Amino acid sequence: MASTETRTTTEEAGSVEAGLDALESSVAGRPPLRQTLREKVLPPVVAIAVVVVIWQGLITLKIVDDPSKLPSPGAVWAEVRDAWLKGTLLGYIWTSVSRGLFGFALALLIGTPLGLLVARVKFVRAAIGPTLSGLQSLPSVAWVPPAVIWLGLQPSMMYAVILLGAVPSIANGLVSGVDQVPPLFLRAGRTLGATGLRGTWHIVMPAALPGYVAGLKQGWAFSWRSLMAAEIIVQAPDLGVGLGQLLEVARTNSSMAQVFLAILLILFVGIAIDLLIFSPLERWVLRSRGLLVKG
Amino acid sequence: MATTFAKAAVSVEYAARIEHVSKSFAGPGGQQLVLDDISLDVAPGEFVTLLGASGCGKSTLLNLVAGLDRPTAGSIATDGRPALMFQEHALFPWLTAGKNIELALKLRGVAKSERRGKTEELLELVRLKGAYGKRVHELSGGMRQRVALARALAQESKLLLMDEPFAALDAITRDVLHDELTRIWAETGLSVLFVTHNVREAVRLAQRVVLLSSRPGRVAREWTVDIAQPRRIEDAPVAELSLEITEVLRGEIRRHGQH
Repeated sequence: MASTETRTTTEEAGSVEAGLDALESSVAGRPPLRQTLREKVLPPVVAIAVVVVIWQGLITLKIVDDPSKLPSPGAVWAEVRDAWLKGTLLGYIWTSVSRGLFGFALALLIGTPLGLLVARVKFVRAAIGPTLSGLQSLPSVAWVPPAVIWLGLQPSMMYAVILLGAVPSIANGLVSGVDQVPPLFLRAGRTLGATGLRGTWHIVMPAALPGYVAGLKQGWAFSWRSLMAAEIIVQAPDLGVGLGQLLEVARTNSSMAQVFLAILLILFVGIAIDLLIFSPLERWVLRSRGLLVKG
Repeated sequence: MATTFAKAAVSVEYAARIEHVSKSFAGPGGQQLVLDDISLDVAPGEFVTLLGASGCGKSTLLNLVAGLDRPTAGSIATDGRPALMFQEHALFPWLTAGKNIELALKLRGVAKSERRGKTEELLELVRLKGAYGKRVHELSGGMRQRVALARALAQESKLLLMDEPFAALDAITRDVLHDELTRIWAETGLSVLFVTHNVREAVRLAQRVVLLSSRPGRVAREWTVDIAQPRRIEDAPVAELSLEITEVLRGEIRRHGQH
């Protein structure tokens, strides 16, 4: 035993370990605000400005000389102001957004257990899995005529169309999320005693969260699209005036500026909901797992 | 024909008892025998390493003992449900280091009020005081394995199964973790069944080294390691025994080259 003197004592091992820990741990911070503004905010603002300049150029240079085909940016802006001053602008938006979000919440309640069943029960997967992913490629506007016949010109008809559009997306997102759970997590969970429902709750669901959130994001896009399709096609006093109805009314009035207003609002709301709710949710999920690479 | 986890109340004279266990898998050329008639006891508090080249089925054997798979023939009994550590840390990335350990406590039925305190104790045991709120990706490889060790210890199993847990670490970190594992083993009185392909690691850690032959895996030979702890991997007696075991292991591997 010649190496007694050089033998690392427990305390020394501890201090070596502390040194290794300090050397190998990474500290990640947030980039400064100026950098975020320059890299994330400036480019889209520039892109929008370029589009508006080209648009105005087409009018000013008389390349398109028919306001019933292409209104000027100023005319569209006047419509926005007008609707705002009349107090109807927020009403249009709220009618559609409240419907869209409520429909989406319903789709979430139905799509989540459905997705879990398809992902975890072999028989259910074989029975309805292919149909469920096939439904995603069916344009939800196809559901508008049967929904009107079944449910009449009632708000419930709108929700039916939203559900048929969004439930498959949400369920499929969860299924692919569950399929991508590394088997190692399941084995680790089982050795810790997480089996059956406890395994689903503590291991499978959180591990599948990134895929689930991607499904939610897509589910919202489908909800919104389905709703707009339904609103454009179906006009009835009971249904109020949402953005889709606004678009259709503008078309019958041959007011191109109003058509543009409606399209811009539909686009704006879709993007705003995504930016305010789903993108932060997705970033939070990925960042907390170290899956978000700073670019 | 199955793994049985004995009730903790029953006192047993083994931590794990593997009796005439065989395991075969369906392969391209019919049934392939991976483990052939393995019998092995791990005594309470004993540290045993299972050593073997690729294809000796050592990970398969560990899975059987953990109850993740069933033997084709023979029986395995353990004193309670064993804890298992993998080569990859297998920590859940959606939880912090501390919450990973708390989940193990929760699944074991530890009351909520006691979990935080126990978790802090376990983190201290693996010298990661203050790492409670750290995310898994913020930890180094060695720290992750120590959290994984703490999570395994949280199960308070009598038997800890380790499947090449340090194989993916650099040499310095591995040395330190050997010291830590030896210390924790001595402090807790755990039984450990440790799988590795690294002969020196096997000798550095174990009281008993069991060499498995390959294809199919059989117990080829056993050595009792009579070297006092704490040992270091560079110690002369460790190197000497390693050399002897390596020679036998090479012989086992050489047989597969001659047909």
